[in-house]
Amino acid sequence: MSGTETRAMLTVPPQSGRIGRLGFIGVIARVFMWSFLIGLAVVVVYPLLWMVFNGFKTNAELFGNPFALPLQWNWDNYVNAWNRGVSNYVMTSVLVTVTSTITTVFISAWAAYGLTRVRIPFGRFWSGFILGGLMLAPAVALIPLVRMFQALGLYNTFWALMILYTAFRIPFTTFLIRAYMIDLPSEIDEAAEVDGASRWTAFWRIILPMCKPILISTVLLHVLFAWNEYLFAMVFTSGTGVEPLPVGLTSLMSRHGTDYPVVFAGMVIAAVPVIVLFLICQRYFVKGLADGIGK
Amino acid sequence: MHSRFHRARGLLWLVPAILVLVAFVYLPLVQNFGFATLSWDIYSGSQEFIGMRNFEKLATDPVFWISLGNNLLYAVLSIVFQVAGALVVAAFVESIRSRRIRNTLRVTYFIPSAISLTVSGLLFYFIYEPNLGMLNNVLDFAGLEALAQPWLGQESTAMVGIIMMSQWQGFGYSALLFTVAIQRIPSELYEAAEIDGIGPIRRFFTITVPLVREMWGLMIIVTISGAFQVFNEVMVMTSGGPNNSTQVLATWLYNSGFVRNDFGYAAAIAVVIFVLSLGIGLVQLWYTRKRRVEV
Repeated sequence: MSGTETRAMLTVPPQSGRIGRLGFIGVIARVFMWSFLIGLAVVVVYPLLWMVFNGFKTNAELFGNPFALPLQWNWDNYVNAWNRGVSNYVMTSVLVTVTSTITTVFISAWAAYGLTRVRIPFGRFWSGFILGGLMLAPAVALIPLVRMFQALGLYNTFWALMILYTAFRIPFTTFLIRAYMIDLPSEIDEAAEVDGASRWTAFWRIILPMCKPILISTVLLHVLFAWNEYLFAMVFTSGTGVEPLPVGLTSLMSRHGTDYPVVFAGMVIAAVPVIVLFLICQRYFVKGLADGIGK
Repeated sequence: MHSRFHRARGLLWLVPAILVLVAFVYLPLVQNFGFATLSWDIYSGSQEFIGMRNFEKLATDPVFWISLGNNLLYAVLSIVFQVAGALVVAAFVESIRSRRIRNTLRVTYFIPSAISLTVSGLLFYFIYEPNLGMLNNVLDFAGLEALAQPWLGQESTAMVGIIMMSQWQGFGYSALLFTVAIQRIPSELYEAAEIDGIGPIRRFFTITVPLVREMWGLMIIVTISGAFQVFNEVMVMTSGGPNNSTQVLATWLYNSGFVRNDFGYAAAIAVVIFVLSLGIGLVQLWYTRKRRVEV
């Protein structure tokens, strides 16, 4: 972000004579650019507002005039959606998200530590083995996984999603943490050893706290993933009580398909937590996303 | 002896990750190859080895080719909007002087990426809905009633409708990544060009585009890879209909296995997805390696 600041400072030119220098074509170009950017913002925001407003309408209002603002801001649809299963979906989603975040981040941080700061036999092979998982699409393993989880008795349980979300996100999460740990100076480990700290202590007390920025990014990206994942959720769960939000919403839709405002309310309930989380933690999201694509 | 034991002990850091990946990622992947050679009815439990017959069936299955074509169309349109389009958007946004406006626009454009594809899929299902849907109403309002149509209900527009939803959702994400890349370009280059009287459009093509080449190279690969894994939005918006015109590989896999109960055939489709994603993954690996060497 500091790059932005320096750039902003450097590019504050003497404002006078700016328009003159731009000329006629420059002005047209500016106008075009601004209308494009503002138009795009409208295209992004308007459907979202439409969704929120429709969550406040009655069915008659929605069919009567889909454009109008709701006549009154009543929360009935939200309450209805909440009572007709959304509370259960939210609970499941929270549970799956929280537990799989903890398992994924810890297992990945251990692996990243082993790959970067400990000398292990066949280190390169193990790096390839763990990070190679990045190339695999979850759909590829779907059919065998269904049979496996049926055999294990975990089909249609919360455990199925927790395990799968962990397994399929370890490569990506390890990749991010590894890239960060690799840059920490090796003197840290030596100093810890001199002080008589064991590897285990050094990891928890020294290395992990130093990785805090990337850990926050990976936690956020995992939350975003687990909260929104659909393929596994749809195949491995059915019925209120085990379905997480994305699958629950489609169930809500098929059960109350004619009561659209309730469905809209359910959609808003699903969307708001992650949007708020993003707005609060933008900085870490951006860093995680930028690193994730292979800095 | 002691040191070898010591080094092997380092592997303990990797054990949890390796176990989880072997059990839930690599083992099912290998099993899938075996399943692809079976004629397999999961309900009756009957399994019969039929060699390559599933793949022969694949080659003559018109829906398989429709699916592959749709994945390709997805890739092409996503490159146009989410790579080329997003780069232009990012360059526009970065040329704005006010830091506040820059940030606001970036965040606004990103918001759809934070919500789940299920929510945005349902939202666009309603937007495309012929009667109360926003799109037809907007066309009405603009006096373009003639263009109003059942967007997802007819073969000619359904696939493009789904793809455009996904562009709406994803372009802010790529724009954000391009922003990060553009901010790394030394601002002196732009200043020097400006002093030399080089206009903004030429600056874009002679400075921005070449200097964020790594980023857009990577983005094209990531976008293609994502396009061959599409599942969620299609499932939510059309389930592959009307008349299989919006099937993609992953939904056709799902449909073959879980709707038509032909698990061997579904596994064969999974093999195709595996080969494609591995190919794309290797290109990505080669690309990042090459880049590291250049740098």
